[in-house]
Amino acid sequence: MLIEKIFWIVRSSRTFDSLKAFCNSPNMEEKIIIAGAGGQGIMLLGKVLAEAAMRKNKFITWLPAYGAEVRGGTAYCMIIISDKEIGSPYIHKADTLIIMNNLSLEKFKNRIKKNGLMLINASFIKNDLLISPKMLKYSFTDIAKNMGNIKVANMIALGSYLANRKILDTQTVIKAIEEMTPPEKKYLIEINKEALLAGKKLTLSAHEALTGA
Amino acid sequence: MKKVFSHPRSLRNIPTHYCPGCGHGITHRLITEIIDELNIRERVIAIAPVGCAVIAYDYWDFDCSEAAHGRALAVATAIKRVRPENIVFTYQGDGDLAAIGTNETIHAANRGENLTVIFINNAIYGMTGGQMAPTTLLGQRTSTTPNGREAKFQGYPLKISEMLAVLPAVKYVERVSLHNPQEVLKAKKAIKQAFQNQIDNIGFSLVEILSPCPTYWEMNPKQAMDWIRDAMAKEFPLGKIK
Amino acid sequence: MSKKILLSGNEAIAQGALDAGCYFYAGYPITPQNELISYMAANMPKAGGVFIQAESELAAINMVFGASATGTRAMTSSSSPGMSLKQEGISYIAGTQLPAVIVNIMRGGPGLGNITPAQSDYFQATRGGGHGDYHCIVLAPSTVQEAHDLMPLSFDLADKYRNPIIVLGDGMLGQMMEPIFVMRHASRVARKRITKKWALTGCKERNPNVIKSLYLKEGALEKLNLLLQKKYKIIKEKEQRYESLHLDTAEVIIVAYGIMARIAKAAVNKLRAKGKKVGLIRPITLWPFPETLITQILSGLHKKKHSPLFLVVEMSYGQMLEDVKLAVNGKAKVEFLGRAGGGIPTEEEIISKIKRIGG
Repeated sequence: MLIEKIFWIVRSSRTFDSLKAFCNSPNMEEKIIIAGAGGQGIMLLGKVLAEAAMRKNKFITWLPAYGAEVRGGTAYCMIIISDKEIGSPYIHKADTLIIMNNLSLEKFKNRIKKNGLMLINASFIKNDLLISPKMLKYSFTDIAKNMGNIKVANMIALGSYLANRKILDTQTVIKAIEEMTPPEKKYLIEINKEALLAGKKLTLSAHEALTGA
Repeated sequence: MKKVFSHPRSLRNIPTHYCPGCGHGITHRLITEIIDELNIRERVIAIAPVGCAVIAYDYWDFDCSEAAHGRALAVATAIKRVRPENIVFTYQGDGDLAAIGTNETIHAANRGENLTVIFINNAIYGMTGGQMAPTTLLGQRTSTTPNGREAKFQGYPLKISEMLAVLPAVKYVERVSLHNPQEVLKAKKAIKQAFQNQIDNIGFSLVEILSPCPTYWEMNPKQAMDWIRDAMAKEFPLGKIK
Repeated sequence: MSKKILLSGNEAIAQGALDAGCYFYAGYPITPQNELISYMAANMPKAGGVFIQAESELAAINMVFGASATGTRAMTSSSSPGMSLKQEGISYIAGTQLPAVIVNIMRGGPGLGNITPAQSDYFQATRGGGHGDYHCIVLAPSTVQEAHDLMPLSFDLADKYRNPIIVLGDGMLGQMMEPIFVMRHASRVARKRITKKWALTGCKERNPNVIKSLYLKEGALEKLNLLLQKKYKIIKEKEQRYESLHLDTAEVIIVAYGIMARIAKAAVNKLRAKGKKVGLIRPITLWPFPETLITQILSGLHKKKHSPLFLVVEMSYGQMLEDVKLAVNGKAKVEFLGRAGGGIPTEEEIISKIKRIGG
């Protein structure tokens, strides 16, 4: 499994160079589409990201799929994080796609900008399709299962995203998770934090292995 | 000397526009007498219907609102919810309450709104000129059933009071008539009960009143009263339903 | 000022209404405004107010009529097909001169249409919508913050003019979340029962009040109508609201409202960065339409060589276009870009349209 991950990292190694420029830009605008099946915590993943970005005083829009569109099919949300006012919250071409199941890959595979970042849930997506040179595959759901809660696959994906796109620091995201969690679910904070860090490590360790850092 | 009879304080002393022999005048009088007796005139908010009694607020001397045709109980629901200290009643005909407003009627009743409903059943649409009502009797001729109501085409007289009585949130339903003085006294008792229930926070109370419409029944007032007794009261049995 | 929170447009509207001292809400579920009714169900009772899930949109608007008749700040919300049902009640509210706020989170039509964002109810909202000669004041927010902030204004205008107010959003604005500041509006303190001498409260120590729109006596209804027309004239003079961008130098002026305006704004910013002389008018009140602004732009023409070109962009097929043409009154060219039924004109489409028309 690790070999596979590194393989993808190798193919997308340019990610890390371009990221530095991306993060320092005063005119940052990141358009993210997150998609998967109902129950995979797609909307929540997006909301955590939006809540964290809000704490950094970014302009943010979060647009969900709604109504009949989400019945039994794919769930998705579109998030724009920007240093300037945002026009349409609808995303035609995304900077980043986070795709958690096969159906969503079919639906959104053409909605990525050239050289955009794709994070793919390898637990459900087995094909070898290469859409973007920056296409990273991790078994988010399997890792979550091993951690003891299949539902935190979304936070692992978020952690991995944060490692790849350094627009937000982990502490801010953790703070957002803590503040968003209702009192009766406080016991879930710890595993979500762990999942986030595990996701971050996925990318970082691959990067370290790669660069020898 | 003891005063035994006077004009109700809550009823304005002006002539009404109702036809000779119409039941609205009697019912207006009963309601206003009861409001005086219960000493609630300053608390009452009435909802006038669309129908012959559309300008009831010209005769009643207390706060009133109009409502669109059939919507009286939606309007009343909101008034009572935001001002529970007031006494809120609707005054509705058969078309208003049991045809165009059936939805509002059933759901206000089913929510158990603490309201008083005065339901005038005269088996006809008066204001629009004598068309079939949901409560029109089989065989009864109206301008839209020129050969008499036929079950095959127009269905049966709708017994909405019985329908409402099965709802658990409905606390009181009685059918009364105006066809003779004894029945009028019974009607007054029933209406008073429906108001008292609201004062006591008991819940949804409805009084159905079989009321004459000599004009569109094409009868004289005496014949109309007899027709209630002989025909209407057979289809719509009098007495407490719930 | 309190802290920033992330809310959807639907939730922000509900919160804005609560902050404005709205004490009564009745509604019926319809996509894409369901978050509004749910937010009200959760929060209206906490604020001490009354929430009712009505049996229909018809019942809901008539409940608003009843609550408003008692002097209570009352509102309902719906989406396009539900708004058609509400027109009966809105006409009665206009006729009885009751204050009320009605929110329409528009979706695609006609008929059942679909649930995608649209702006196709512009005519219905700005022309009255129901029977009779009347107007609602129509406010169109374009951000979640504005959706919240326009609610206290809506209730104030409703009370000031005793007139129905329509807040016109669309599915995208209703569904999308943005960070907003929630203000505690001053009127919240003095809310619940603002004394209105016409209200139905029981005729204690005063003559009975009657709420009615029926005028049978000869000339009486005409008199009411003249009174309404006089009111509408004052509203037209005093309440035109808009946001504008680069009008002083614009050779092409885009006119767009709501979500469409923020897309247009992004296009304007891009074109400006390339040196194109493009401006924007974003009507905030759709009725009264900000026609005075357009008249002023065109009457100041003697200072300029050429009259600007107008481009109306809508998520409908030429509805606001008519108001722009009426305001322009033949004095300038008016171009149009519109899509509906789920299609939303994009930044790129606006930019290429402007290039085509010579901007």
